[in-house]
Amino acid sequence: MVYKAVDLLEECKEKQCKISAIMRIEEAEAASITPEELDAWMLDVLEIMDQSSTQGLEEEIFSISGMTGGFAKKVWEHRKSPSLSGEFGLSSMAKALSTSEVNASMGRIVAAPTAGASGILPAALSGAKEKFNLSNEELVPGLYTAGAIGKIIALSATISGADGGCQAECGSASAMAAAALVELMGGAPEQSFHAASFALIHIMGLICDPIAGFVEFPCSLRNASGVMNAYISADLAMAGVESLVPFDEVVEAMYRVGKLLPESLRETALGGIAASDTAKALEEKYL
Amino acid sequence: MRELDVFDILGPVMIGPSSSHTAGAVRLGNVAAMIYNRRPKKVDFYLHGSFAKTYKGHGTDLALVAGILGYAPDDERIRDAFDHAKAQNIAIYFHEADLGYVHPNTVKIIFEDDKERFQVIGSSLGGGTIKIIDINGAEVALHADYPTLVLQYPDKLGIINRVSSIMATAGVNIASMKVTRRQKKATMILELDGKIDQTTYNFLASSIELDYLTSVGAVEENHGV
Repeated sequence: MVYKAVDLLEECKEKQCKISAIMRIEEAEAASITPEELDAWMLDVLEIMDQSSTQGLEEEIFSISGMTGGFAKKVWEHRKSPSLSGEFGLSSMAKALSTSEVNASMGRIVAAPTAGASGILPAALSGAKEKFNLSNEELVPGLYTAGAIGKIIALSATISGADGGCQAECGSASAMAAAALVELMGGAPEQSFHAASFALIHIMGLICDPIAGFVEFPCSLRNASGVMNAYISADLAMAGVESLVPFDEVVEAMYRVGKLLPESLRETALGGIAASDTAKALEEKYL
Repeated sequence: MRELDVFDILGPVMIGPSSSHTAGAVRLGNVAAMIYNRRPKKVDFYLHGSFAKTYKGHGTDLALVAGILGYAPDDERIRDAFDHAKAQNIAIYFHEADLGYVHPNTVKIIFEDDKERFQVIGSSLGGGTIKIIDINGAEVALHADYPTLVLQYPDKLGIINRVSSIMATAGVNIASMKVTRRQKKATMILELDGKIDQTTYNFLASSIELDYLTSVGAVEENHGV
């Protein structure tokens, strides 16, 4: 199945519409449901995202392994203190951490595109909602656009950390979020793809090195940095900065880099920080 | 397997922490229980590879048990699955095992009641997708993406023809049909485009000499364990 950005852009131009509009019609048709029914499903997805991204702000959530927890609450409480990232940045990172912690505690999340990277898109959409006073209904096109980006990456490359490293998981989630944010800010389809390209370029080569193999550390941190990556990527594109390399080729590059990564740097907990002495001691303690 | 769609990218909605080690494990339990289709007294799980190494931190054990109890991958009761199994008087055991040249996330499940043992082996392939690779020693490839029927029968002439004609009469299209044979026993995995009704299922069961027939989401109002 071939599904490329270049074709999607062509279709957007032809029909004079946004990426989300094409995705909405195509996916509803493929699932044999009406676009309105698909919208309703997207609203349910947003509801679950809302819950997971706020649950850890007020209460400390710990993983079932017991190794990590409580980061989201710490960052949330710090949001009004003098900081470099500012209240908006800190709130967004806290929300990304919250979903990651809910995930690690065996709570309910939406894999977007995977469970390990599930914190990024909810935090980014929640940020847009707050910043631009949007309703959940108005966020739905963002989900469609995010879905289109994720689909392109999944079909022409990979969204699995075991296959392509963290760049394939958190990188894809950031690219999805960046493209969604551009569309929600009124950007053109080309700008959404530039933003998605930037998000992948920023972290190209990022390895997957979970301590003890748990989806916890550094995963939750990479969800926090992932939402910030989505913001700066979207803002760069909205400012008119363009990627010299088109999105399809950036995705291909990401895939090739992933294939070049040795297995020790792809979710096996044998390389990166997972191979450090301290991580080995933690593995001994919690595994 | 079916084509990738937006539900795979913005989903599954699931209990964490891992789509392969948790959500996929629930699905493996679900499908294995549907294939077994009885009430077990005891279930042994043999965990292989990454499943064996990391099951505690990923809640793979809880997920598998929740799966055989019929819970969905987004059911918040998964966390307490051991208590629920105990309440239903199902004894649960976990073992680490080397299952040979199989996917790193593979589990062998042995169901037992007073009468017999029943084996299902399956792998979690990532993103919550699964593949059942063995039913009672018969090599299969069952993804459970489609409504699926599993038939085991003494191999003889005309069975495929008979099964297809029953499906055609029921007005249900066959998406794929795979038959494997071992020691004169045939195992058929039949993927359908739609569900059949209970009457068709019963007719199928009575009109062919079968050792075994089960539905994985292929019969309307089909129930698991």
